[in-house]
Amino acid sequence: MSRLGKIARRTFLIGSAAVVGGVAFGVWSYRKPLENPLTTDEGGVITPYVLINAEGVTIITPRAEMGQGIHSTLAALVAEELDLPWDQVRVMHGPPATAYYNSALLKEAVPFAPTDQSWLAETARDAMAIPAKFLGVQMTGGSTSIPDGFDKMRAAGAVARAALVAAASREWGIAASELTTENGFVLAPDGQRLSYLALAARAAEAPLPDAPPLKPRSAWKLLGTSLPRVDMAGKATGTATYAGDIRLPGTVFATVKRNPAQGAAMIRYDAKSAETMAGVIKIVPLDDGVAVVARTTWEAFQAADAIVFEWGAAPYAKTSQEMREQIAASFTADALEGTWRDQGDVGQPAEQTLEAEYTVPHLAHATMEPQQATALYTAGRLRIWAGSQAPGFARDKAAAVVGLPPDQVDFETTLLGGGFGRRGEYDISVQAAAIAKAMEGTPVVVTWSREEDMSHGMYRPMATGRVQAGLSKERITRFDFATAAPSIMESFGARMGLPAAGADQTLVQGAWEMPYDIPNYRVAAYRAPKSVPLGFWRSVGASYNAFFHDSAIDELAHLAGADPLEFRLAHLDHDPSRQVLRAVAEMSNWSQPRQGRALGVAYAFSFGVPAAEVIEVEDTPDGIRITNAWAAVDVGIALDPRNIEAQVSGAMVFGLSAAIRGEITFADGAVEQQNFWDYEPMRMGQTPAIEVRILESGNQITGIGEPGTPPAAPALANALFALKGQRARSLPLSKHFTFA
Amino acid sequence: MSVTVTVNGAITSVDLPGEIPLLWALRDGLNLTGTKYGCGVAACGACTVLVNGEAVRSCQTALSDVEGQSVTTIEGLGTPATLHVLQQVWIDHQVAQCGYCQSGQIMQAAGLLAANPRPSPAEIDEAMSGNLCRCGTYPRIRAAVQDAARKLSEA
Repeated sequence: MSRLGKIARRTFLIGSAAVVGGVAFGVWSYRKPLENPLTTDEGGVITPYVLINAEGVTIITPRAEMGQGIHSTLAALVAEELDLPWDQVRVMHGPPATAYYNSALLKEAVPFAPTDQSWLAETARDAMAIPAKFLGVQMTGGSTSIPDGFDKMRAAGAVARAALVAAASREWGIAASELTTENGFVLAPDGQRLSYLALAARAAEAPLPDAPPLKPRSAWKLLGTSLPRVDMAGKATGTATYAGDIRLPGTVFATVKRNPAQGAAMIRYDAKSAETMAGVIKIVPLDDGVAVVARTTWEAFQAADAIVFEWGAAPYAKTSQEMREQIAASFTADALEGTWRDQGDVGQPAEQTLEAEYTVPHLAHATMEPQQATALYTAGRLRIWAGSQAPGFARDKAAAVVGLPPDQVDFETTLLGGGFGRRGEYDISVQAAAIAKAMEGTPVVVTWSREEDMSHGMYRPMATGRVQAGLSKERITRFDFATAAPSIMESFGARMGLPAAGADQTLVQGAWEMPYDIPNYRVAAYRAPKSVPLGFWRSVGASYNAFFHDSAIDELAHLAGADPLEFRLAHLDHDPSRQVLRAVAEMSNWSQPRQGRALGVAYAFSFGVPAAEVIEVEDTPDGIRITNAWAAVDVGIALDPRNIEAQVSGAMVFGLSAAIRGEITFADGAVEQQNFWDYEPMRMGQTPAIEVRILESGNQITGIGEPGTPPAAPALANALFALKGQRARSLPLSKHFTFA
Repeated sequence: MSVTVTVNGAITSVDLPGEIPLLWALRDGLNLTGTKYGCGVAACGACTVLVNGEAVRSCQTALSDVEGQSVTTIEGLGTPATLHVLQQVWIDHQVAQCGYCQSGQIMQAAGLLAANPRPSPAEIDEAMSGNLCRCGTYPRIRAAVQDAARKLSEA
């Protein structure tokens, strides 16, 4: 397995430079070199993660809460070491600050499979943390918040606890080693006690101690248990605040209308009739569109629809058909992005062969909350409220558009009404800033219509996978996998102004790191020409490569006449992966024949998590119905089982929604889908009961926001093959089957 | 141009044209931001409120249509200090993920249980299928609605 692939035309500049330089790794220091982003006027600040003031102890979580429950789990990491009772935990989003960089985000960009835990692989992964710190990437994504925060947040709690104990020690004149902590208090041997609140000011005076040792797992009280989420009561009572819910005195409401051909110019517009419509306050031209500011959002929508535009043409292929042809033409030596895996000779003869081409369409994130932000520009200062997965980028871009230095922009990250990658973008923040500047002194809530949101996404790319494989004696003897798509990193990097950081590994994500034991095995990726804006969509490259790769494995199993689940087990060279498959076999009663129904299994490996899913389908007079679903994942160490269950179950529904009906198409450079009636996610009546099992092999801790998505599409397609004998090699599946 | 509506039990005058959808009168006129905009075409249910106890999509209900009627939003159902049974079971079952659709889900469930206090699982699925959730919380919503029906019928 530990085979360093050949990277054709780009190199991992960041990673290799750091490795060559022999970087020393250590626990992140809380005193240096990054400035604590919390200022003392906010109260007794102990570390960038712990704030104690008159209102209590607040844990600052540098990652965005977009539904994945990260506020609660990051807070639990701090609270565990701080000996803070869970009902006293308060959480807030941290401000954009380099201190909150995400070291785990770049770790997957090293050319070692996540199953490879060799010295070289681990060293390269650790080295990636160093440039992340310099770049100051405060980003939520890639299922990285837990791997990034697992040590960091616990250390923050331990340091804060030590500082509070030291303060009590000074107060009482008792050695710190004699003192203990419990439920938010420091206790002396004689029974006297001081609350953290009472000690906070003294604790903040002294320099922080080095990070003390962390509790062993056996001493955990909060971690490993299912805790009530800190955001649940707000979300059940309508009091949780999203970016469009900010109401300040005099607030007005805006929307935008931009060129449906993304990135193309606005040639001219005529807003004469819009200007005189009821409630309209101001028309604000933007670079590639127009904003309407009005008394209510609805009046802004109505007026925006009344503006007559002349748009520039799309700077990319006009139709989905042309884009598909571009991808098909990209399987060439010139377009080779890299060969991530190259073992043996994939040209060997075999008894039986499979040659298959798989395709997937563009997809939209379609978060329930369309893009929204609130902004107020006043006296050379800008305030923005937005649900951002990358607040540092968003703040800097918003500052630039209004001509302010970033330190004169106060960026507050609200709750996100779904992210899935879409809110790593800064478009709404920049628009809100520009509109707020045109409305100086007046707070403006900017809301995109659903139609604007659906048609101005940063889409999951269209992709094509080609597999040529051979079987002899029920064993896969060769597997040649090639995948082609336009590059997400090229599109995202250009928007963010990032330097090209090497080959785009998202192109092969979910395929190259599969721990199958196949003697002749090649995984290569080809980069198709740049077209529409692309972004990170829950599970990124694995969202399509897993469909290609696992569908081919399933086809080979059937070709071999083998049981599909046993066939995967027989070829997997990774025990945690075999365990998740055995788990779903047991949960689904896999070998039990069932009348009128059929099962499909899929296995995927993404973000360091082996995941297996089994789906049961039934043919009914109304069409295909999904009757049951089972999933098993190995997260290494499970910090909050109930939340992990929710993530896996939800990620599966997200994957099934896309597999059944998800498709964004382009005509004349514009997205054809407009709303949920023509881009319709799964509804409750179509959603089966879902049972999730969490395994803990204990090796490395992983994130779980994404790994449940990749197996969903192949599991359903494989189940449909088992039921109907018809192999669907393209998504969405509703083009092949009728669903109830 | 003012329209009088009973909102969460209080007689309220809304100073907006009657053709404005109730959703925007609530959110932008009355600052009741618990009710959410999701699609504007009654395809997602995020804007669901009760009008005279019946669940309706407020994005498709003109303000003038509820003149003199009684509108209940998520804020009127219960508060963090005085939770409605549905809000309590939503917390017990840890239903929400991003939470954006959940006000609408809860109000739809409130409408369902008002009309049918003991819905079957199939009736729950049918009544709730107009409400989208992109986080995929459907299995927990299902369990929470069943639990609420049980608790309400025992009360």
